[in-house]
Amino acid sequence: MYEFDWSSIPGALPILAKGMSVTLELTLTAIAVGIVWGALLAMARLSGKPWLSWPAATYVNVFRAIPLVMVILWFYLIVPALLQQLLHVQASTDIRMASALVAFSLFESAYYAEIIRAGIQSVPKGQVAAAQALGMPYAQVMRWVVLPQALRNMTPLLLTQAIILFQDTSLVYVIGLADFFGAAYKVGDRDGRLVELLLFAGLIYFVICYAVSWLVKNLQRKSVA
Amino acid sequence: MGYAWNWSVLLSATPSGETTFLGWLLAGLQWTLGLSLAAWLVALIIGTLFGVLRTVPNRWLRGVATTYVEIFRNVPLLVQLFIWYFVLPELLPSTWGSAIKQSDPLMQQFIAAWLCLFCFTGARVCEQVRGGIESLPGGQRNAALALGLTLPQTYRQVLLPMAFRIIVPPLTSEFLNIFKNSAVASTIGLIELSRQAQQLVDYTAQPYEAFIAVTLLYALINVVVMLAMRWVEATTRFPGFVGGR
Repeated sequence: MYEFDWSSIPGALPILAKGMSVTLELTLTAIAVGIVWGALLAMARLSGKPWLSWPAATYVNVFRAIPLVMVILWFYLIVPALLQQLLHVQASTDIRMASALVAFSLFESAYYAEIIRAGIQSVPKGQVAAAQALGMPYAQVMRWVVLPQALRNMTPLLLTQAIILFQDTSLVYVIGLADFFGAAYKVGDRDGRLVELLLFAGLIYFVICYAVSWLVKNLQRKSVA
Repeated sequence: MGYAWNWSVLLSATPSGETTFLGWLLAGLQWTLGLSLAAWLVALIIGTLFGVLRTVPNRWLRGVATTYVEIFRNVPLLVQLFIWYFVLPELLPSTWGSAIKQSDPLMQQFIAAWLCLFCFTGARVCEQVRGGIESLPGGQRNAALALGLTLPQTYRQVLLPMAFRIIVPPLTSEFLNIFKNSAVASTIGLIELSRQAQQLVDYTAQPYEAFIAVTLLYALINVVVMLAMRWVEATTRFPGFVGGR
């Protein structure tokens, strides 16, 4: 039988904590950009103007058709080379974190756009009609009437997507960025204790995601009651 | 832009000379499709099984199903894959473990990815099935039981046929997800589609062509699955119940 040896974990905690900060930075940036850019995309899609709705729909559908791994690689291998040629940036600059931030933000926007679109559509049409009858232009209707209500309806879904995003950030492994998972893997590989470190990483992810989804569930229950 | 486009590179021979780079991509496509479909089949079965267990009266059975769902939904896919691939062979009795390590590496990668994908997707399917069953009016279950059907009969004849029709749209997106999630298998070295993209970049030094071709293949899978599921949805629609939504 396998003999567990957890002794390499305590000494590795600073490295793991540093990894976790990378994970959180990626997650929070992608949430912030994703919600703003996603809301713009959703409104463009629902605007009824083909020159706005068409590009938005294409953006969302393209990003939702491609695996996240491919998107991360696109933004790491392909886009920087393009920018280097266009802007003459130093090829040696470490662009892993920047490319991961951009990739996650743009990718998550597509998913947030769909959630926000559903949220906007959940607001009764009479609300829009009433606001327009009061003389509000489209931007004001959205800002003061539709979005505040839509936001309340879609909060649980936005948070669930945030949990999925938090888990998905582990995929920056493919470009060798040391997020929490990457750090755990590196330590495990270095000490020959991959089994313990992988199980430990899994446990930490589980505890965090379980706790947050429990909070979301309670929030949902409270808002229904 | 000073990039020399050269799409014909896809048709040139690989270093081993057996096939073209396009042949590599198609081989990768086969692995992606094979892995995803094999995992989807099992995910549907265990997802249905656990989905039913989550709604049965027995508290212990519900607990087992809930535990399964919570574990596989709250650990990242990549971590799960690495645990199946690196940790499981170590934890098995040593004779089994060494038998696994001596087997064909491609088979090891495929089986780890397959186990990982079907357990991960099964937990999601389980929640869809549970949602479908719970969305049915409670009278359906009570009426079936009052007619003297046993609990298994109630599920098989009354609840599941309705529930499955209701959950075709969310199942469609899970089905699409499994193809996208299969790309994670590239991290343990399985030469599926996205791995082939990286390999082509290394071998041909024509990164744009390789990535565009692979991205288009993923988009193609997406379109085909969507059309197929639209057909399933249309043929299984329950008159006056789901179609009216």
